[in-house]
Amino acid sequence: MGRYVARRLLQMIPVFLGTTLLIFLMVYSLPGDPVAALFGDKAADPTTVAKIRHDLGLDHSIWRQYWDYMSGIVLHFDFGNQIASGRPVTDILSSAFPVTLRLAGLAFVFEVVVGIGLGIMAGMRAGRLADNAILIFTLLIISVPVFVIGNILIGTFGVNAVSLDENTSELIVPAMVLGSLSLAYVVRLTRTSMAENLRADYMRTAIAKGLPRRRVVGVHLMRNSLIPVVTFLGTDLGALMGGAVVTESIFNIHGVGGTIYESIVRREGTTLVGLVTILVLVYLVMALLVDLLYAVLDPRIRYA
Amino acid sequence: MRGATSAKWVAGAAIIALAATACGGGDKGSDGAQGAVDPNGIFSVELGEPENTLVPSNTQESNGSLAVNSIFSQLVDYDAQGKLTMVNAESVTSSDSKLWTVKLKKDWKFHDGTPVTANSYVNAWNWAANVNNAQLNSSWFDAIKGYTDVHPAEKGAKPTADKMSGLKVVDDTTFTIELNAPLPYFAYKLGYTAYSPLPDSFFKDPKAAGEHPIGNGPYKFESWDHKKQIKVVRYDDYKGPDKAKNGGVIFKNYTTLEVAYQDLKANNVDVLRQIGPKDLPLYRQDLGKRAVDKPYSAIQTIAFAFYTDQWKNANPKVLQGLSMAIDRNTITKTVLNGTREPADGWVAKGVLGYQPDAAGDITKYDPAKAKQLIQDGGGVPGNQVSIQYNSDGGHKEWVDAVCNSITQATGVKCVGDGKADFQADLQARKGKQVKSLYRSGWVLDYPVNANFISDLFRTDAGGNQGGFSNKALDEKIAKADSAASLDDSVKQYQAVEKDLVNYMPSIPLWYYKVNAGYSTKVSDVDYNQQGDPVLTDIQVHKK
Repeated sequence: MGRYVARRLLQMIPVFLGTTLLIFLMVYSLPGDPVAALFGDKAADPTTVAKIRHDLGLDHSIWRQYWDYMSGIVLHFDFGNQIASGRPVTDILSSAFPVTLRLAGLAFVFEVVVGIGLGIMAGMRAGRLADNAILIFTLLIISVPVFVIGNILIGTFGVNAVSLDENTSELIVPAMVLGSLSLAYVVRLTRTSMAENLRADYMRTAIAKGLPRRRVVGVHLMRNSLIPVVTFLGTDLGALMGGAVVTESIFNIHGVGGTIYESIVRREGTTLVGLVTILVLVYLVMALLVDLLYAVLDPRIRYA
Repeated sequence: MRGATSAKWVAGAAIIALAATACGGGDKGSDGAQGAVDPNGIFSVELGEPENTLVPSNTQESNGSLAVNSIFSQLVDYDAQGKLTMVNAESVTSSDSKLWTVKLKKDWKFHDGTPVTANSYVNAWNWAANVNNAQLNSSWFDAIKGYTDVHPAEKGAKPTADKMSGLKVVDDTTFTIELNAPLPYFAYKLGYTAYSPLPDSFFKDPKAAGEHPIGNGPYKFESWDHKKQIKVVRYDDYKGPDKAKNGGVIFKNYTTLEVAYQDLKANNVDVLRQIGPKDLPLYRQDLGKRAVDKPYSAIQTIAFAFYTDQWKNANPKVLQGLSMAIDRNTITKTVLNGTREPADGWVAKGVLGYQPDAAGDITKYDPAKAKQLIQDGGGVPGNQVSIQYNSDGGHKEWVDAVCNSITQATGVKCVGDGKADFQADLQARKGKQVKSLYRSGWVLDYPVNANFISDLFRTDAGGNQGGFSNKALDEKIAKADSAASLDDSVKQYQAVEKDLVNYMPSIPLWYYKVNAGYSTKVSDVDYNQQGDPVLTDIQVHKK
């Protein structure tokens, strides 16, 4: 187990380097010069541009820039400075991530609790009224885009935009909107896998043994049915954090999504790579956790 | 989940991109506010996160400008008609438009209690112009003698001095500015943000000062919670004519204009600078007298890329024909929802020297004459034009409408050439890669007509990205710049503007308007030539 985790952690290093390099190259190849754009419609003064580029190290080759950037992160946990404001990127990251983390966390809890709950209800009554109702409900959520749901809540039901304090209680409605799509997937995955496993041999054995129903469903059925759900949930937390652009902008939440969008528009390469690097790390850690959870859920899976 | 992400992304891009195109404005109108005026009341204004830290010489975009201008006052300002008014200066005088003498009002203090002296100005300007400090507004000082010593023209060259020889301190409240050449409207330039004074504490740590600016303006900086809000409070010792009639301002950051508008209707934010396209059709009805609809000094044009084969030897008649093929009235009313006003010249309203109908007939829609002019001029090379624009700024709709109008009227094929975003658009413009025509806009820097002519159409001028160059016009501009008096210069520029129809450096389309609104808690909300709310005049009412 310990060796397995160590090996997985070591595998993260090439993945981490590869993804950051890819993103770095992609940002670099976008059309537009962030320094010249600081001058807007007006002509950029060439000497001033040259000076700013030099101060930021943008006058080096792309490989040198990548090397400087990576060694800054690894050696000093320094993600560089923003081009326009000169603020350290670590400041930007530490102001954007907490609120998004809370939002994504709430959405995650919402989709786990409600999603698995509804999924069990539907799966246990497969083919009956409750099952059909839940399936139609999830179909509805899947087919209506998030920004439509969000705008209807704000416009029609008078939900207020999140205030600048971004209290956790204000984040509940946005989190429900953010988690709604994944919720539908969780419901459907849980339902299908439960319905299928209900007919499995070990279920019959467990019932024949005379185990109480609660234990049959809660332990035997659930543990076996949750593997695909856990796989989905594991990658979904990362997707919730990175994909919250729309939800965040509709509800006035100043988090990662908006910061990523703004960094792309302003060609703030260092900020963008920093944000995505952290998201990549989240994905890698979640994937590892999911794999470890498999062993907990299904004793047949062993890691040596 | 995976499938939906790209759709989500596109929608998000559209929403935020619309927010990025900013223009603001409004009628003084009677007010929704009922209660008694609270002179210490604090109100809030929608404002995006400034791109740069709050240093006057490094602030160019609209978010930073509004915040910086509340904290810093300059020597002069101008009224709604474009007339110069004195703020920190007692007088700004010159007998030959080359050597200017500035006398400061006495007893002005920065927010940290240190006095505002001639040195506060001279040191600030020398610092701002120095290439080592890489300030975005450094070229604002290029008219001053000795600028090239602190800011050499060659890339990478070191400055040979740290002071401009044209700036001389006479005594605590007097200094002189010597220019390279006479400039009758130089005093107007002094009202720009870049010409603010700085306290001694700034130079010790400019970086920290940008996060916590100490100015001489009507408001004192209090706090800046990045991406959330900036708070400024009234500076009680302020000696200027524009003392704040309220207790302070909170600049609130919103992710989209739509959210801000929702919050305005809920009275959670008091003053908006603009309304999102989604809410434009209904905002007058929603807000009643609190809806603002007022032109400000900015113009949208279509400019020609004169470096292309198509326009290199263009006959002005063809260009006039294209201009007359555009139905400005209909497009501004329908596609643009009444948020623009058809232009009748190259100089915007609210600017000294604005003359109605300066462009004469060429901005009037007349398909028959348009066709005739294009024919007389030998036709459009290739019989096809394209208009470059940035797709993230809400321009597509009107570009398409303009193209349809041109094609219908003249038979010249016209297509929009959308670049993915503003950055890509700018790069093509600055790299001289525009294929035919491009969208261009200009908001005033200072309210004199020269700003809309000299800075746009002079050979190699800052705003001249289309490569327009005409010797005769350059000479007329040079002559107007060396006129004996401001009046004379403005008059000469007026003649130049009337003359522009013969050169057609660009096609004037329309003037921008402020479409905005305010809450029931405030009154006396007006907007200036930049389209920004006049913060100091706003009155807050008790509930």
